[in-house]
Amino acid sequence: MAYVALSEAEKTFILHGVEEDFRCDGRSRRDYRPMELETGVVSNASGSARLRLANTDILVGVKTEIDVPSPLAPEYGKLEFFVDCSANATPDFEGRGGSDLAQELILSLQNAYESPQAFDYRSLCLIPGQQCWKLYIDILVLECGGNLHDAVSLAAKAALFNTKLPRVTATLLDAGITDLIISDNPYDCTRIGIETAPLLVTVCKIGDYCLVDPTAEEEGCSTVSIVVSVSMRNGEPYLSGTHMTGGGSMHRDTMQNCLQLGLSIGEQLNTLLTKMLKQEQDRVGPKRPKTVGFLK
Amino acid sequence: MTANATIELALDRVDWRDLAAHPENLPRVYTPGEVLMPEAGFMRGHGTFVEDETIKASVAGVIEKVNKLISVRPLKSRYVGEIGDVVVARVIEVQQKRWRVDTNSRLDSILLLSSVNLPGGELRRRSAEDEQMMRRYLDEGDLISAEVQNIFEEGTLSLYTRSLKYGKLSQGLLVKVFPALVKRRKMHFHNLPCGASVILGNNGYIWIAPTKAQEQDGGEGGFAQNLNEHVPRNDREVIARLRNCVLALAKCKLMIYDTSIQYAYEESLKYEAHELLQQNAIYDIGEQTQSRLRDSDE
Repeated sequence: MAYVALSEAEKTFILHGVEEDFRCDGRSRRDYRPMELETGVVSNASGSARLRLANTDILVGVKTEIDVPSPLAPEYGKLEFFVDCSANATPDFEGRGGSDLAQELILSLQNAYESPQAFDYRSLCLIPGQQCWKLYIDILVLECGGNLHDAVSLAAKAALFNTKLPRVTATLLDAGITDLIISDNPYDCTRIGIETAPLLVTVCKIGDYCLVDPTAEEEGCSTVSIVVSVSMRNGEPYLSGTHMTGGGSMHRDTMQNCLQLGLSIGEQLNTLLTKMLKQEQDRVGPKRPKTVGFLK
Repeated sequence: MTANATIELALDRVDWRDLAAHPENLPRVYTPGEVLMPEAGFMRGHGTFVEDETIKASVAGVIEKVNKLISVRPLKSRYVGEIGDVVVARVIEVQQKRWRVDTNSRLDSILLLSSVNLPGGELRRRSAEDEQMMRRYLDEGDLISAEVQNIFEEGTLSLYTRSLKYGKLSQGLLVKVFPALVKRRKMHFHNLPCGASVILGNNGYIWIAPTKAQEQDGGEGGFAQNLNEHVPRNDREVIARLRNCVLALAKCKLMIYDTSIQYAYEESLKYEAHELLQQNAIYDIGEQTQSRLRDSDE
């Protein structure tokens, strides 16, 4: 995380606010800042989304490619995450400055999406053992305003929802070799099931209390936070991975509480995201006329 | 145990241009690299450069033309200091006989050891001992209020705090807005009637803190910070509301000064403090405040 300098007095003010369940911007410990979402912003990607959470700005693009499945999992497709922290966000990210943070985000996403129960890798398979889809999920962090993990995972899920895979038909040639024919019609495509795709919820410990959606200043006051990845299956939230950041440690009871909190928040976020994605899809229709984009 | 989370669609984004006085003739915004004048015969001013015999914009902003001089005024810029400006600044580094502070200008500013009031208000030569104690007075990350004393040739600002109203800031919160939005006035320290005090730094850093009792003398000008003091809940609510109001004014590109903050605060009372983060509430407050400001101007 980009470092924000804070004086002791400011930290005290934030800490006391968290204790009183009334944070600096008037939120309670369980509140998120308002988010703004748009999908399909990048016209030359198979799927894309832009999510803005207060000052955190994330742009995600999904590229598709046909690849050979790994011999260990012949029926599974592949996902590959890549995070780039733009120097637009903070001058600290210039050069290789953002690579540590980017690596951390990639690892927590990979960890969350690793389980085949968290993401339906079978749907990306074309011919078992021979051909499968490989999705490159490229995430660009354009501005840092705290709570990157949550914003990145929400944007990634939205971009996956928006991804359109061209319809592929296989023809059997001689000697058991199959040939793939990709449909010429750009609107003849399939979607990816994202019902189970995980979301990351950062539960941040400040003082003796846990809160969600920390601002950059609050992150500076926190000793430890736990990133909980929540995957929905049959309407129930499941844990698909955790990841700790920060130098501090957590008591077992606190950790249990944090996980519970993360699960319940993750469930709500997931419902909300799915609802808004469906709503946007219904409103713009299959042929998107125009995007709102960054300006305005 | 429910969380308040909202995801809005970009489709529903509020059009902030509706707040403009004349929405029909908005000035065009030029982006860096865009050709301003295709033909030669013009002079290039600030925010422009010449390439292939045409004048192009080097910053994003609106065009300003004085006879043959073409310049671009940036929409967003760093703070350009002027002597006598009140600023809120953050200490970045403790150096020999001086502190390096961030004032949101292009270069870091400096605060000399000789331009601070030492605790106890002693006026004497600064000894080597004082130099060793510098970190005791101001440490990295500390916020101060100060005044611009001097501007060096390369543009570095030199600050001073040799007045009891300036000095280290205690509990409260900092809001950052564009420097251009802070109106230059006689007074930049305000005790607002709603129960909090604000320092409107000309550099776009705005400090909001609970109002201190008058008898607590030297708290402001000195280096004392009461870290054990709990800010009571109602003060905290006022501060949070003020913070959101200032950010709402900044979002609506309205000038920030005592009256506009007060109006925005009064208009915001129909919302809960955390609802002021929503763009519809921000738009509503901006609209109401703007119309009240226009009425009072007439």
